[in-house]
Amino acid sequence: MKLPIYLDYSATCPVDPRVAKKMADQLTMEGNFGNPASRSHLFGWKAEEAVEDARRHVAELVNADPREIVWTSGATESDNLAIKGAAHFYQGKGKHIITSKIEHKAVLDTCRQLEREGFEVTYLNPREDGIVYPEQVEEAMRDDTIVVSLMHVNNEIGVINDIAAIGELCRARKVIFHVDAAQSAGRLPIDLAEMKVDLMSFSAHKMYGPKGIGALYVRRKPRVRLEAQMHGGGHERGMRSGTLATHQIVGMGEAARLVKEEMAAESKRILALRDRFWDQIKDMEEVHVNGSWEQRVAGILNVSFAFVEGESLIMSLKDLAISSGSACTSASLEPSYVLRALGVNDELAHSSLRFSFGRFTTEHEVDTAAAEVRKAVEKLRELSPLWDMYKDGIDLNTIEWAAH
Amino acid sequence: MAYSDKVIDHYEHPRNVGRMDDKAENVGTGMVGAPACGDVMRLQIQVNDNGVIEDAKFKTYGCGSAIASSSLLTEWVKGKTIDEAEQIKNTAIAEELALPPVKIHCSVLAEDAIKAAVRNIREKRGEAVKEEAAE
Ligand SMILES: Cc1ncc(COP(=O)(O)O)c(C=O)c1O
Ligand code: FES
Repeated sequence: MKLPIYLDYSATCPVDPRVAKKMADQLTMEGNFGNPASRSHLFGWKAEEAVEDARRHVAELVNADPREIVWTSGATESDNLAIKGAAHFYQGKGKHIITSKIEHKAVLDTCRQLEREGFEVTYLNPREDGIVYPEQVEEAMRDDTIVVSLMHVNNEIGVINDIAAIGELCRARKVIFHVDAAQSAGRLPIDLAEMKVDLMSFSAHKMYGPKGIGALYVRRKPRVRLEAQMHGGGHERGMRSGTLATHQIVGMGEAARLVKEEMAAESKRILALRDRFWDQIKDMEEVHVNGSWEQRVAGILNVSFAFVEGESLIMSLKDLAISSGSACTSASLEPSYVLRALGVNDELAHSSLRFSFGRFTTEHEVDTAAAEVRKAVEKLRELSPLWDMYKDGIDLNTIEWAAH
Repeated sequence: MAYSDKVIDHYEHPRNVGRMDDKAENVGTGMVGAPACGDVMRLQIQVNDNGVIEDAKFKTYGCGSAIASSSLLTEWVKGKTIDEAEQIKNTAIAEELALPPVKIHCSVLAEDAIKAAVRNIREKRGEAVKEEAAE
């Protein structure tokens, strides 16, 4: 077994070797290096064909029309293009946007920018289980609401929103519905012929493709219009100019094709690994899973280990590549804004770790990880004055701490 | 973040981990920090009649640098008088452990902890406690 063990698949995935092979074929003189926009020779035509094959694969993953797929540099750009593009285009109808407090920064920061431009944004607070419920969206709707942007699966806690139901609400009011599906595409079945989603963001590196490439789904019926954010040669029907990165696009296409083929079996396998991991730690005292247990993707588990601090826990777990819910490392001493929005108290938020499992995770890795986690938590609890107090039956909330 | 060898050494082999009876006449306890901030340090010193620290124990909830700072501090204060211990500066701890700028507050916590422990023993002994300006 190679160390450290990679359990951070929701941050990024390694490129599948089958994808890497295809990408490598798009680069050199001997390969398919042409500019897909070159109309006057074979090199261009071949590159265009590869790009269109890839577009079909991405479209098929979510049951869309290939003409509804726009290439971008990743989910961040897709989120920007979707939200700013729709807000700018439809601002004549109103200037109100609805999103949630636990969106990815690519959505939150985009909304902040729109606020500076004079838009008004409602940030919904998810319930304790991390879910934003359709009723909440309905209540927040106003006559001047033009865009609703909500994520399908949250990247920190793995909880799933009911985007089909929210889509119905938006369509009934002719409000544009954008979904960030970076964490769900390839992990959950998505059927855009059925679901009333108008715009959907994807990222290749969350589905075993390369970083730096993504896509935005833009619905044709009923037609959704966007104001371009990147101007230039008019590529991608004017929605996103720039020479198409054939090797990246082919990588994303192949990744989408593979993930569609393997999704059913892969989800089952990952769920079994997740359960195997959790079964080995769940009997420890004061260990809590953050977010709904029922409504979540298989691969992400966010756990709070009370009375130990996340950064020191990660330091003990140097053989595991995982991420901490506490941003103490970044010197801001801020616990994760996602956990905070769920109402997780700061102490538990500082004590949380995110484990995410994926295609190359093995049972042996999961067993090793669980044993290491137990050992580290026990060691740090021995070192923790809070653990002593808990064991003495003292309620930590009754103490007046000298906060600094 | 890369930790210095000294931080790792203290973190992996913390010195003087433990707990003393905080009601004992000769024990001074300093508890600083807050769970919500991600760090709580409890430092205890056992002081003889001559004001010399005979033993020290700590427990810390916090990052590796906070654990290392408190572990190092227990080594430093043993054998010192409470007057001397009170003079220990966070900058000395930060320097010894080669803490990066973002981790300076962890050493500040250790300085606060020894000051609080000394104040506690002085109070127990009915000595005049220097009033510090509120921080
Ligand atoms: C939910 C979500 N949205 C957006 C992104 C950003 O994607 P990208 O890295 O492709 O820009 C990520 C991943 O980092 C994500 O998890
Ligand atoms: S205790 Fe938070 S960074 Fe050291």
